[in-house]
Amino acid sequence: MSELTLTVMRLGFLAVLWLFVIVAVQVIRSDLFGTRVTQRGSRRQEARPQQAGRQAAAPPQQRGQQNTGGGRQRRGAPTKLVVSEGTLTGTTVALQGQTITLGRAHDSTIVLDDDYASSRHARIYPDRDGQWIVEDLGSTNGTYLDRARLTTATPIPLGAPIRIGKTVIELRK
Amino acid sequence: MSVVTNTTTIGAIEAPSRRNTELALLAFAVVIPVFAYLNVGLAIDGKVPAGMLGYGLGLALLAGVAHLVVRKWAPYADPLLLPLATLLNGMGLVLIWRLDQSPRLIATSMRRYGSFSPDAPSQMMYSAIGIAMFVGVLLLLKDHRVLQRYTYISMAVSLVLLLLPLVPGLGMDSFGAKIWIRVAGFSIQPGEFAKIVLAVFFSGYLMVKRDALALASRRFMGLYLPRGRDLGPILTIWAVSLLILVFENDLGTSLLFFGMFVIMLYVATERTSWIVMGLLMSVAGAVGVASFAGHVQARVDAWADPFSCATEGVAACQQMTQVLMSFGSGGILGTGLGQGNSDLIGFAANSDFIFATVGEELGLTGVMVFLLFYGLIVERGIRTALAARDPFGKLLAMGLSGAFALQIFVVAGGVMGLIPLTGMTMPFLAYGGSSVIANWALIGILIRISDTARRPAPAPAPSPDAEMTQVVRP
Repeated sequence: MSELTLTVMRLGFLAVLWLFVIVAVQVIRSDLFGTRVTQRGSRRQEARPQQAGRQAAAPPQQRGQQNTGGGRQRRGAPTKLVVSEGTLTGTTVALQGQTITLGRAHDSTIVLDDDYASSRHARIYPDRDGQWIVEDLGSTNGTYLDRARLTTATPIPLGAPIRIGKTVIELRK
Repeated sequence: MSVVTNTTTIGAIEAPSRRNTELALLAFAVVIPVFAYLNVGLAIDGKVPAGMLGYGLGLALLAGVAHLVVRKWAPYADPLLLPLATLLNGMGLVLIWRLDQSPRLIATSMRRYGSFSPDAPSQMMYSAIGIAMFVGVLLLLKDHRVLQRYTYISMAVSLVLLLLPLVPGLGMDSFGAKIWIRVAGFSIQPGEFAKIVLAVFFSGYLMVKRDALALASRRFMGLYLPRGRDLGPILTIWAVSLLILVFENDLGTSLLFFGMFVIMLYVATERTSWIVMGLLMSVAGAVGVASFAGHVQARVDAWADPFSCATEGVAACQQMTQVLMSFGSGGILGTGLGQGNSDLIGFAANSDFIFATVGEELGLTGVMVFLLFYGLIVERGIRTALAARDPFGKLLAMGLSGAFALQIFVVAGGVMGLIPLTGMTMPFLAYGGSSVIANWALIGILIRISDTARRPAPAPAPSPDAEMTQVVRP
């Protein structure tokens, strides 16, 4: 066996050994597990078209308003709703002029998994000026804005906590 | 229709099962030793070795069986442990076969024992038994928490295993160290099995007692000093490991057990003081014993200055010098498989000193890659411990990988002259049935724990009263 072949084999073997280590490290890199953030908006939209229709049909005057005023966004207006406490912590919903319903009913925009929430607990919708309003839908345990229990539809200040059972949501820019 | 868009959820990632990754790596891990086999054959005889096909098929068969068992009974297990162990085992077989081909070793054996029998076939058989052990562990041990029930039984079993070599008629004194027993013509090293059983005992014991060991302490000079009565366990283990050192003349085993206990104590209690105390106690013990036990003293001399005592004809020093020469002549890239002279190490070339063959024929590059293989196994073990959800599994995985790491350190450090040489073997690489079988069992337990740890949590049961709350309108 020629010297050259053996040298090539020797170096090749070392290279193959190191290649195995590199592959193994790549496997470790792709093997990290823990928590991740998933986008699930589009999937949900496709999956429930009929519910989307129902929700949109519920407040008809707001839909008209959205068509006229949806294009211009006021300065300082909130752009998303964030769940900051409770089992859904971390969930965000973009505010695009639609009504957001909260409750344990499965067709709610945000389905609350909470013993203290009612099936149709509250809704959040923009009024004619684009100001976001929260309204309690006659829930058993009430909806709280800051510390006060809601009795009528109330405008939501930016960043004010809305508490429903163990869930706290707020509007953010 | 803009209803819900851009809803973001933070959830747990379900670790994929990764079985196909494991299969691909396993194929790679079988191909590498076959390549090495070819390389050795070409270098020694200049032709493709005759047994290459059989050897490759045998290794592939063993790996395939292990993979199928993991796929069936531990589907979420770590994808790296099995390929790494297979690769090391396969490379060990090649290196042992390569030393079997050495005319020098054959001549030595003929001169000493009047006969020569190649070791590679029996190592192949031990590997098969090892894989059978691995399969047995996965089949019988459906849940590692069962082991928790046998905490104190395993203490008794491990003590018996450790003391067996001292039983007259059963234990055998081979080359100074009494760590073997002879049963029905086979020599067994009970210490290798005691390693696993002891890890079970330590994790069961520490899981229960760790609060007492961690919380009841006084602060002194930045260290938490435990109360006097909490020192009981560590003193007992220390005494037992000193007894092993004195009566069995084996520094490696004694260091392994004491070190494993200190590692697990530290992991269980998060107190650095245990590490400090453990290091002080092991240094004190080693120095104390070395000053009066003759066999240990000889090993220390061979370590401190091998070249001066080798000329006086002391066997331990001559081995040490041969090993150092072997590493030295390997250089950075090595001489190539089958082209080194590591067979000049006449004694235990394929067991205790097999790492010298790696050092000479694959060079520093090869030594580093082998240490990395071991390091990856240890890393996956510790990752398993991190991911495990139950404290017993955490401690057991940590203890097993800690013991594995310590064994590598003791053997590689001893062979390279960092610490005095001991009679332990490189896991999977060195010739020896007990070592291969016990380490396959160890990998089996780690795979079982990692399967439990990485299995996705069951979905929460749907709340039965989800629809019961109704809107009450005034």
